[in-house]
Amino acid sequence: MAALLGSAPVIVPSALSKTLSGSIPWIAGTSPAPRGFGGQRFFTAAERRCVDALVARLIPADELGPGAREAGVVDFIDDQLAGPFGRGERWYMMGPFADGLETQGYQSEQPPAGLYRAALAELDAHCRAHFQDRLFADLSEAEQDAILGRIEGEDLEFAGVSASAFFALLQETTIEGFFCDPVHGGNRDMIGWRLVGFPGARYDYRDYLNHNGAAISIEPVGLSGRAAWNVD
Amino acid sequence: MTRKLPPVDVVLVGFGWTGAILAQELTQDGLQVLAIERGAWRDTPSHFPTTVAQDELRWYWRKEMFQSTARETLTFRNSRGETALPMRRWGSFLPGEGVGGGGVHWNGQTWRFLPSDFVAASHNAGRYGPLGPEMTVQDYGVTYDELEPHYDRFEKLCGIGGRAGNLNGEIRAGGNPFEGPRSAEYPNPPMHMTFAQHRFEAATGELGLKPFPGPSANMSQPYVNPLGCQLAPCTYCGFCEKYGCGNYSKASAQTTILPVLMRKPNFSVKTHNEVLQVKLDSTGRRATGVIHVDQNGEEYEQPADLVILCAYQLSNTRLMMLSGIGEIYDPATGDGLVGKNYCYQVMSGADVFFDDKYTNEFVGAGALGMCVDDYNGDNFDHSGLGFIGGGYIACWTTHSRPIERQRTPEGTPTWGSAWKKAVAENFLKSTNVGAHGASMAHAGNHLDLDPTYTDVYGRPLMRMTFDFTANDRAMSVFLTERVREIAERMGGREIRLNPREGPYDSMPYQTTHNTGGTIMGTNPSNSVVNRYLQSWDVPNLFVMGAGVFPQNAGYNPTGTVAALAYWSADAIRARYLRNPGPLVQA
Amino acid sequence: MACCSAAVLAGALVGEPLPARAQETLYPQVERGRYVLVTGNCQGCHTEPGDEPFAGGRGLETPFGTIYTPNITFEPETGLGRWSRDDFWRAMHEGMAPDGSRLYPAFPYPHFARMPRDEVDALYDYLSTLPPVKKKKPDNELPWPLSWRVSLAGWQWMFFRPEPFQPDPRKSDQWNRGAYLVEGPGHCAGCHTEKNLAGADKEDRHLMGGQLENWAAPDIRGGANGGLAHWSEDDIVEFLKTGRNARTAAFSIMSEVIELSTQHMVDEDLRAIAVYLKDMEGEERAAPPAPDRAVMEAGAAIYFDNCSACHVSDGSGVPRFFAPLAGSGKVNNEDATTVIRVILEGARAVPTKAHPTPLTMPAFHWKLTDAQIAAVATYVRSSWGNHGGPVSASDVADLRKRLAEGLGPQG
Repeated sequence: MAALLGSAPVIVPSALSKTLSGSIPWIAGTSPAPRGFGGQRFFTAAERRCVDALVARLIPADELGPGAREAGVVDFIDDQLAGPFGRGERWYMMGPFADGLETQGYQSEQPPAGLYRAALAELDAHCRAHFQDRLFADLSEAEQDAILGRIEGEDLEFAGVSASAFFALLQETTIEGFFCDPVHGGNRDMIGWRLVGFPGARYDYRDYLNHNGAAISIEPVGLSGRAAWNVD
Repeated sequence: MTRKLPPVDVVLVGFGWTGAILAQELTQDGLQVLAIERGAWRDTPSHFPTTVAQDELRWYWRKEMFQSTARETLTFRNSRGETALPMRRWGSFLPGEGVGGGGVHWNGQTWRFLPSDFVAASHNAGRYGPLGPEMTVQDYGVTYDELEPHYDRFEKLCGIGGRAGNLNGEIRAGGNPFEGPRSAEYPNPPMHMTFAQHRFEAATGELGLKPFPGPSANMSQPYVNPLGCQLAPCTYCGFCEKYGCGNYSKASAQTTILPVLMRKPNFSVKTHNEVLQVKLDSTGRRATGVIHVDQNGEEYEQPADLVILCAYQLSNTRLMMLSGIGEIYDPATGDGLVGKNYCYQVMSGADVFFDDKYTNEFVGAGALGMCVDDYNGDNFDHSGLGFIGGGYIACWTTHSRPIERQRTPEGTPTWGSAWKKAVAENFLKSTNVGAHGASMAHAGNHLDLDPTYTDVYGRPLMRMTFDFTANDRAMSVFLTERVREIAERMGGREIRLNPREGPYDSMPYQTTHNTGGTIMGTNPSNSVVNRYLQSWDVPNLFVMGAGVFPQNAGYNPTGTVAALAYWSADAIRARYLRNPGPLVQA
Repeated sequence: MACCSAAVLAGALVGEPLPARAQETLYPQVERGRYVLVTGNCQGCHTEPGDEPFAGGRGLETPFGTIYTPNITFEPETGLGRWSRDDFWRAMHEGMAPDGSRLYPAFPYPHFARMPRDEVDALYDYLSTLPPVKKKKPDNELPWPLSWRVSLAGWQWMFFRPEPFQPDPRKSDQWNRGAYLVEGPGHCAGCHTEKNLAGADKEDRHLMGGQLENWAAPDIRGGANGGLAHWSEDDIVEFLKTGRNARTAAFSIMSEVIELSTQHMVDEDLRAIAVYLKDMEGEERAAPPAPDRAVMEAGAAIYFDNCSACHVSDGSGVPRFFAPLAGSGKVNNEDATTVIRVILEGARAVPTKAHPTPLTMPAFHWKLTDAQIAAVATYVRSSWGNHGGPVSASDVADLRKRLAEGLGPQG
């Protein structure tokens, strides 16, 4: 029966479900452009301020140059948490929920956005209680670092939300925001890439195969380009 | 309400590497072949062209190309006393989804197993005495010599670059002298090595080891395969594993088979259709087809004379369980076979940091590396070592994608200015030496159905019970010491050892080399499928993939998975189609 | 077994009952017709993409409006089922339908008129063996007075000479065969010759390149100064046979010609075409204006970052995989339409029997601005010995606008 399909391409759509036969459905002209930075907001102003302070301690501006704050990491995290990632759309979020072992990974009942929200509230509550009603963002850098150290060392627990799960998520999203393609809103001016010397979204290094241990100097480029692409 | 569709000759469940190979082979006999794939159609220009492919956040971290854990995942625990919890997102391994499967986002390290790997039980027992009672290691039931022509076919299909170390029994300089005899040289020359590989080659040479270029499915030059498909030269962009290749430079179903297969009128593929069950007749000895569901929730019965499971190892095993084919393995009693001998891969390594030398690992490719095989399989005397098996040790320069990789020396804090400084100083000046260790079957490591958690259709998730075994740990300690010896000789300032310690952790990425669960063997009492990958219980059902490995060798599995697929396809074409029925009498 | 009837053989080919008249026809005649059809690429225009072959309905975009091709299967109501051999000859040779109305020259009868009667009869016999498909052709979308076929009488009087092909006795048989194929059934000038305001070929611009459906068809004259001056005969044969050669890869309309027509032609005929084209001298071109330096610098950066993975940093490409840009006829074409369009939309190399992989360049319309596309187009047209000349951002904007509808949902 399908032998009669012959050479004509046959595409029977049923929403996304399709049957393909008889030809190669490769076409020119389509492009799976990245979702990119939407500038969406999830955080309240207070949450944003707290996260900005947090990421600035994880990757600080210092004598080596700008850090996560300057790279726009808070914008990146905000946009991500407002989108499918924040909602855990591709994560398995069915219950029942249990704490689990370290080897079992993320087990929070909350998707990333909810975990952030709950943990930020706990963090500021902790600061208010122990630092004369100040918020995390109001503390000195040394005080902030001490708190982060305690969270990392599992010396500080939050109520109703895992502090260590939050720390892991914070660290992961900060690194993402610092090193991702600028098209996603982080790594502004390719600050992260410039810091380490990563040349970015390139697709051809054949001319450099014989580097033999010498430094290679290439300007980083993002998916949406670099300054040199512009005529004026 | 299930709609019954017109019958086809062959239905393939899943359309990745093995699905494409089986479809290409079986359509040559004029059979009407239908592949059912739960993911999307995917091709190079429409889905991962060079304009978007090098987007680390999108493809790896947001996992756009992998199976969606929202729909289905598996639960995990280290041992039977614990409660398994769902892997809410992927971590240690990354099952693929969509046309081409994991073959779209693999690295391309394309190995053959050693002749002794196929007879791991009899060979090791013969040389070193009986294996421990908990070690459920067994022979494959097929030999290296039988698979050799099929390895060769796959290497030619893919344009593997490498250097033969054993050509028809003759040992050749510069290749892997430990490999089984190959009937032909690799179809392409090795990849272009960079600084780190030169250092590794020198160090291993000084240690009296035998370095050779890693076999690569990234093209070292333009290549036209025997089907006429074109694979372009690799550009060493450093976006192989976890990414589709935008440049047609990495062997995949898309680059090697689909341009020819998709034009055949007797082949079709249904995408975004998930097979829920293999349907059996009333005897339970014959598959009548499959039940599948599309994205609208419409359910279909697809009758077929031959059903071939071509999905990922975890999915094939689970589909067998959900379809009630065979008995699920129970470690308490030792009864049952489906889900038995789940194995993984035991990885360890050392980072090497240079002071004044740039490794520039952004100039990389998935299978750009130098390797030694002196400590793999039974290539060395294990007397008194307390373990069997081994692994290859390699210096691969696959990438320096910065979200994924921030190498820092021992003692560096994990955040703050000191971390930032260490990352910045070492990013371009470090490399890695890795051991890719075998994983030997153990009575306590297995797969079954979870009693609590379900998928989007309400069916039980697969449950994985796994931890590294005493054999794995002893082997890894040994291999990691060998890694240390090599890494320390590479001329760096310092090294940082990453040993395999503690329980298996399901989150940090290690490798997507999950094996076992539908194991092959010599008779129905020790295996799910026979030596031709044919179900002992249901002779018109065949099962592809690494699920058939009785235990995992110290190599990447794709070469062997593909060779077994060709071997099985040959048996189907030459014997089964003429006389449908069991190819091995029980 | 030459006496064996076509009904049996053609029936075996298509598995469908045949119109009675085909049973009078011998297999060699049908086979001859099949080859004539290949040389004329009838299938390309007379098939709507995705639908039954030869059932027509494909819209041809002309400067005057859209003309839909008719069904040429022998279905009696909607196809040629009631046409006689003479009717068919009149259409092919005189551009006239059985009812005496004139045909639009989008049907290239000015070329088919060069074909002798026995070739046309063979074609008729072959078409009669195809499975008949009932499919009515949509009405043409032409403004008055063009929609009024009587207006075509004047056109035919001015631009159409129904003369059979006359071999040139001073040239070889091979040359003459090539000339017949190019000027007759192959109707190469349909795309590769510029048209006048009435849509007829400009005779003094014969095969020097044309433009249609927003593509620039290159100059295909093969002698000195011609667009194919740097191609050997072997290059031409390989291109027509496989869709690729060391210098270029076929895409767009030419890919259809190769897929349906030239790859199925015998090597002798492809060689004859090559010999004929190589014997045609071209016209010397004035040097293009020098490109702006800032534009070239931006173009170089864009090229290095986006193009070199396939086309290689020195423009040498990967012959037969990724088209070399250095020395490319398409890149050097005075008319930059194709270069701009390929950057905007990408391009899919034709899959052929010899090269089944449709290697495809991605689209950049979402990634590069008009000025950036102009810069990189200028760069490739002015580097590595190329002399195509600069491209302006407004050229890109114009084409982008014209293509906007065709670019799909993300355009």
